[in-house]
Amino acid sequence: MLEQYMPIIVLLGVALVLAIILMSLSRIVGPFRPNKTKLNPYESGMDPVGQARDRYSIAFYLVAMEFIVFDLEVVFIYPWAVAFMQHGVGTFFAMVVFIVILFIGLIYTLKKGTLDWDMKNIKFEATKN
Amino acid sequence: MHDIIAFLPGVIIAVVGLIALLMEAYKKSADQIYGLTIAGILAALGVAIAALFGDSGTAFTGMIVYGGVASFGAVVILLGSLFSVVVSRDYLMEIDLHRGDVYSMILLSIVGMLALASANDLISFFLGLETMSICLYVIAGLIKDKKTGAEAALKYFLLGAFATGFLLYGIALIYGATGHTNLTEIAAVAEPTLMFMGGSALLLVGIFFKIGAVPFHMWTPDVYQGTPTTLTAFMATAAKSATFVAFVLIMSRMLPESDTDIWTNVIQVVAILTMVVGNLIALAQDNVKRMLAYSSIAHAGYLLVGLAAGTPEGFTGVLYYLFAYTVMNVGAFSVIAYYERNKGLDFTEIESYAGLGFKFPLMGVLLSIFLFSLVGIPPFVGFVGKYYVFAAAINAGLIPLAIIGVLASAASAYYYLRVMVYLFFKDSHKEYSLKPASLLFSSAVVLMAALTLYYGIEPVLPFSGLIELISSYYSL
Amino acid sequence: MIGIDWYLALSAILFTIGIIGVLIRRNAIVIFMCVELMLNAVNLSLISFSAYHGDIAGQILVFFSLSVAAAEAVVGLAIIIAIFRNNLSVDITKVNLLRW
Repeated sequence: MLEQYMPIIVLLGVALVLAIILMSLSRIVGPFRPNKTKLNPYESGMDPVGQARDRYSIAFYLVAMEFIVFDLEVVFIYPWAVAFMQHGVGTFFAMVVFIVILFIGLIYTLKKGTLDWDMKNIKFEATKN
Repeated sequence: MHDIIAFLPGVIIAVVGLIALLMEAYKKSADQIYGLTIAGILAALGVAIAALFGDSGTAFTGMIVYGGVASFGAVVILLGSLFSVVVSRDYLMEIDLHRGDVYSMILLSIVGMLALASANDLISFFLGLETMSICLYVIAGLIKDKKTGAEAALKYFLLGAFATGFLLYGIALIYGATGHTNLTEIAAVAEPTLMFMGGSALLLVGIFFKIGAVPFHMWTPDVYQGTPTTLTAFMATAAKSATFVAFVLIMSRMLPESDTDIWTNVIQVVAILTMVVGNLIALAQDNVKRMLAYSSIAHAGYLLVGLAAGTPEGFTGVLYYLFAYTVMNVGAFSVIAYYERNKGLDFTEIESYAGLGFKFPLMGVLLSIFLFSLVGIPPFVGFVGKYYVFAAAINAGLIPLAIIGVLASAASAYYYLRVMVYLFFKDSHKEYSLKPASLLFSSAVVLMAALTLYYGIEPVLPFSGLIELISSYYSL
Repeated sequence: MIGIDWYLALSAILFTIGIIGVLIRRNAIVIFMCVELMLNAVNLSLISFSAYHGDIAGQILVFFSLSVAAAEAVVGLAIIIAIFRNNLSVDITKVNLLRW
């Protein structure tokens, strides 16, 4: 039963060996003359500012939450898009209802100002203990 | 079209809920949304009551049932929601939660409850339950700025999601054992294999959690205490009724005749634990709201007695008891909300109720009616409900269970009557006045008290009553 | 061909890891991640049962369970943020005002 997986293991082995060969070749054969600019994390980009573990604005989390919900509507739309030609008008209107409900949700979040990036309209009642 | 008409109450509530959300987005006043909410629930209630006498069947390719038990469940859910929404306005205004999105969230959770109470398929059961629960997590966390509210919501959410995992695994195992998700199709092929029994056990754990049965009750008192009082009434009645109706549907439709024993044995044990533990801890409570939370655990125990019988008579008793419980419990919570509305006077502990009964007789008498009914004293509806449930247990041969139930409910008299003792027979030396109740609030509470009294004496009236209507669903 | 047993075993193991995580971890967000792990373990079971029975209902249920998990994640994160604002901690042992 496991014999079927032999090609995959061979492929993995070949990929590993090839990667090692290529990297060591370029290290051995190629010239290595380091300087400060070359050792930057982004050779031709901006220098990184601050730490990676800084706190983010709450707006990131709000947008992430919105994203999760609206991202998942695709889960329902894909199977529908594959099959709706066979099922006629009823499924079309079912999907219209689904999207209208999501759209109402979108209007609600827009009007509540959750997606305003400068967050002027949201007041956080900071409660101290 | 047939599908939509079969699920019309849910469709009405869903449309009204979405309109309420839009109105809130466009900054319409909370009173408008409140009015729309009540109108929507009334319309759905009318449709559901009409469907009580209509035909029954399945819709949405067998996903839901309509008519019969499902309609009765819808009526109970909508009745509980209607009363708790009507009494909410005064109380929520006091704590700055009289907002459109609160009502819209209530409406959306009612949609979930209606789907749950008409589930004929494990998929629609799961979806309904989760639609309801997710909205309830939000409702439990409404009081953001007080620590108790956020804490209640966190506990409810984490434990609820944990239970959802078990429930879903149970559904997966039952599906694996039978290859179906439709309840009647499962019943046709189910055999007591290890996988089917394991799936049933996990499904039962999930359901027991959602109805707050011991030993899965830990979240109940915290959540009930941390939630705004009138919305606690909503959670304790409408949500619990929906889950119980779904439980009845699953037990009566999914289990093949030969297998009910294994479920009912488990349910018996849980029923005994729930009644005993719920009542015992309630005896020790001084916080009135928390006392009612434990008493609602105990009532879940009485309801489980009817399910443990596993007979049509038991299911009838459970459905009747749900109606009784909804009316009297929303009533009791409403009066407590009326007291708690006076923020300066801190009516949370039972001592603060001293002398309230004579100072403000109307609400005192109404609260006494609801509490007497919760004890199960004739001639109130609570007695009739308990009678049907325990009679079904005795007829099914579960005499020890019925005896424990009667003893437990006798013990419950202590903590209910204790509130009345404080109301009427203790003096308080403080001088204060309560905020007056609005006409709408008072009439809703009086109506609930009237229902409690009317259905308490209805069984002895000459014409055929509610119980005959419910049992006719099972005599087909 | 890998039999259905292996998928079910993997699913059961993942589910158990999730349960243990919920029971022993104290950070609310980690607990929540463990719950998500439980739900996804069940999804794996459902899909393998669905393939085994040659029946589509299991996969449909997976769609719904995914969207329920997403909705739960949104509400859960919101609640955890509210707790964090109040307590400045997501350690659930510090969330203990309500006791019987």
